[in-house]
Amino acid sequence: MWSQCRPAIVVLILLSAVTGLAYPLLVTGIVAVVFSWQANGSVLKNGAGKPVGSRLIGQYFSEPKYFWPRPSATSPVPYTSYNGPLEDCGSGSNLGPTNPALFAAVQRRVARLRAADPAEKGPVPVDMVTSSASGLDPDISPAGAYYQVARVAKARGLPVAEVKTLVKHFIRGRDFGILGAPRVNVLELNLALNRLSLDNQSKD
Amino acid sequence: MTPNAWIQMGVFLLVLVALVKPLGAFMARVYEGRPCGLDKPVGWMERLTYRLAGIKPDQPMNWKTYAIAVLLFNLLGGLVVYGLQRLQGSLPLNPEHLGAVSPDLAWNTAISFISNTDWQSYNGETTVSYLTQMLGLTVQNFVSAATGMAVLVALIRGIRGKQTENIGNFWVDLVRSTLYILLPLSFILALALVSQGVVQTLAPYKKVSLIQPIRYTQSTTNAAGKSVNQTVWVKHQILPLGPAASQIAIKQLGTNGGGFFGVNSAHPFENPNPISNFLEVLAILLIPAALCYTFGRMVGDTRQGWAIFAAMMIIFVPLMVGCVWAEHAGNPKFAALGVNQSPSALMSGGNMEGKETRFGVTDSAIWAAATTAASNGSVNSMHDSYTPLGGLVPMWLMELGEVIFGGVGSGLYGMLMFVIVAVFIAGLMVGRTPEYLGKKIEAFEMKMATICVLVPPAMVLMMTAIACVTVMGTSAIENPGAHGFSEILYWASSVGNNNGSAFAGLSTNTVFYNIAGGIVMWISRYFLIVPTLALAGALARKKQIPVSSGTLPTHDALFAGWLVATVVLIGALTFLPALALGPIVEYLHLWH
Repeated sequence: MWSQCRPAIVVLILLSAVTGLAYPLLVTGIVAVVFSWQANGSVLKNGAGKPVGSRLIGQYFSEPKYFWPRPSATSPVPYTSYNGPLEDCGSGSNLGPTNPALFAAVQRRVARLRAADPAEKGPVPVDMVTSSASGLDPDISPAGAYYQVARVAKARGLPVAEVKTLVKHFIRGRDFGILGAPRVNVLELNLALNRLSLDNQSKD
Repeated sequence: MTPNAWIQMGVFLLVLVALVKPLGAFMARVYEGRPCGLDKPVGWMERLTYRLAGIKPDQPMNWKTYAIAVLLFNLLGGLVVYGLQRLQGSLPLNPEHLGAVSPDLAWNTAISFISNTDWQSYNGETTVSYLTQMLGLTVQNFVSAATGMAVLVALIRGIRGKQTENIGNFWVDLVRSTLYILLPLSFILALALVSQGVVQTLAPYKKVSLIQPIRYTQSTTNAAGKSVNQTVWVKHQILPLGPAASQIAIKQLGTNGGGFFGVNSAHPFENPNPISNFLEVLAILLIPAALCYTFGRMVGDTRQGWAIFAAMMIIFVPLMVGCVWAEHAGNPKFAALGVNQSPSALMSGGNMEGKETRFGVTDSAIWAAATTAASNGSVNSMHDSYTPLGGLVPMWLMELGEVIFGGVGSGLYGMLMFVIVAVFIAGLMVGRTPEYLGKKIEAFEMKMATICVLVPPAMVLMMTAIACVTVMGTSAIENPGAHGFSEILYWASSVGNNNGSAFAGLSTNTVFYNIAGGIVMWISRYFLIVPTLALAGALARKKQIPVSSGTLPTHDALFAGWLVATVVLIGALTFLPALALGPIVEYLHLWH
């Protein structure tokens, strides 16, 4: 048994150095040059060059003039700092399909969407009333975005058609026409919406 | 189910099958020490390792020495992971100043990662420093996978051996698996993932301003012990970063599954879009599937490998389709609320609770089946919120013993145990001494195979029972009724088969679950590795007997079907009662 001790210790040290230091550091070094934006969190900036969030991490919106994201199970907002270090991680609700709490949550969310736009009588797209897996979902379905167009247009005093065109512009289909699901990035859409409102104000 | 769902499943399976032969042939070359194309860029590292470690690469080991080397190496690795977690507060590469991990959690995590389970009772972004992620967890992602591959190769040498004690040299198998196979594949995958948006940096977390600041009421307890409502303004969001891509690549390829972030591959920084998702889910099954071909090559008859691969596919494909179908059907309770769940060109539809928009139900359910068929256990959706039958699929795939592809190496050596059982039963039926690939299967071989087949189910059912009758077990449950039982059964199935995925509503970061889970993961890993190596040793000592008219062919469709029947029968007989109490009862509740 003792004869295997030296190989065990030395191999562990060497493989640790290769796989635990050299490999991650080499990848970090290469992507810092080649894919620097992605490697550092795909951060979006506003017109003034100020970082306003990551394209990949959902932000919470509750005002009628913004498109709302998927409801987050992480209350109230994931990845926020109240006083210093990171506190709430994103997570799913983990509510089972027969859990009354899930039914109640969906009922509450449907009521909230309906209250925000009583004129909209159609069925609510399921992704708008169910929480995502990560609690950080950056996207909603195109159906979920169209569902909110009337409310957003009204709150901003914009023509419905104009907002609809904007939504259409931000729809991402399945990758290669096959993979994944169609989606709309909420943060990008809302940033574009703010720009659109600004443009319209300056025209007036 | 939509046409797109069928197309996505078809594309996934086609690409997987297409890669089996090239990668399988490459790995056979690596293990047989033949030129494989990487001899120049990697060979010098290999030789340097042997020289510094005093390893003579052509010195063979008998099975006992091989087993001691495996256990010693894994024990040392566990100590390092435990130590790094406990000491990370005073070590470098910790920009968020995270403190020491608690002893029970550190124990659970150490065993979890050395045993290739990667069960996680913690959130990476708030618990583990960059140094621990790299030097502890990433390293074990590599070497625990390489350990499984080495044990498989030792078993293959046992099958091939002619009256010898020699089953190879563990250090050589370990080093070659890591440097020639896992490292190059991970390197390529890591770069591809970063190009899609997976983060990879040593910089600290980033703070950004929210576009719409959020106001909410927080109830806190004041000094007098009274609860007061306090209005809080949230103006910032924190973006957690880290060397994620390098770890995620190997977590998928090595069937580890431990997430860099808490929500694993559902996290947009781990799995930003459908392309990264496709690469990651492909990486889950890639090596375990290709090893079937490697096996065929190494035993000198590739049909033997294809027969096992076919048996795995026959079980996997219908279960994957079933899972996708169940999730597409959605939750019947929502219809009364005016919720639209029908799939269309404008939305994925289906049961979207606990799923990401960019993946929809199809990519989520394909992943759920793949990650539990392989003993990977990473998740891109929350299995706890699956429909009852959709959740039954991943649970049962684990309970089959992680042999439908299974872990890298461990899946195939587990499946070979079922092969031995299948050959034995067939031999009993026709009244002949069973044999497999020229080796007689006798009492000792059957004992070892039976241990390997029965230890995991025994652990799963015993742990489920213990957790169900104790307060420390049941107090962790989130969902009421049958689903709560499913949460515990899923936990036991996951740790008892070294998978690592969860019905994550169960709060397992408690002393009971951490310690019990650690013990189960340890037993399920090493109580299988040692009998497997003993079996390898016993087979190696045997004479090779020539094929005769009485030999049961093990390369044809009939045998593949027989193998499927054996696996399904054992899995069904063992777990049907438990599944009836969990997902099946819940299904009846939901739909009737």
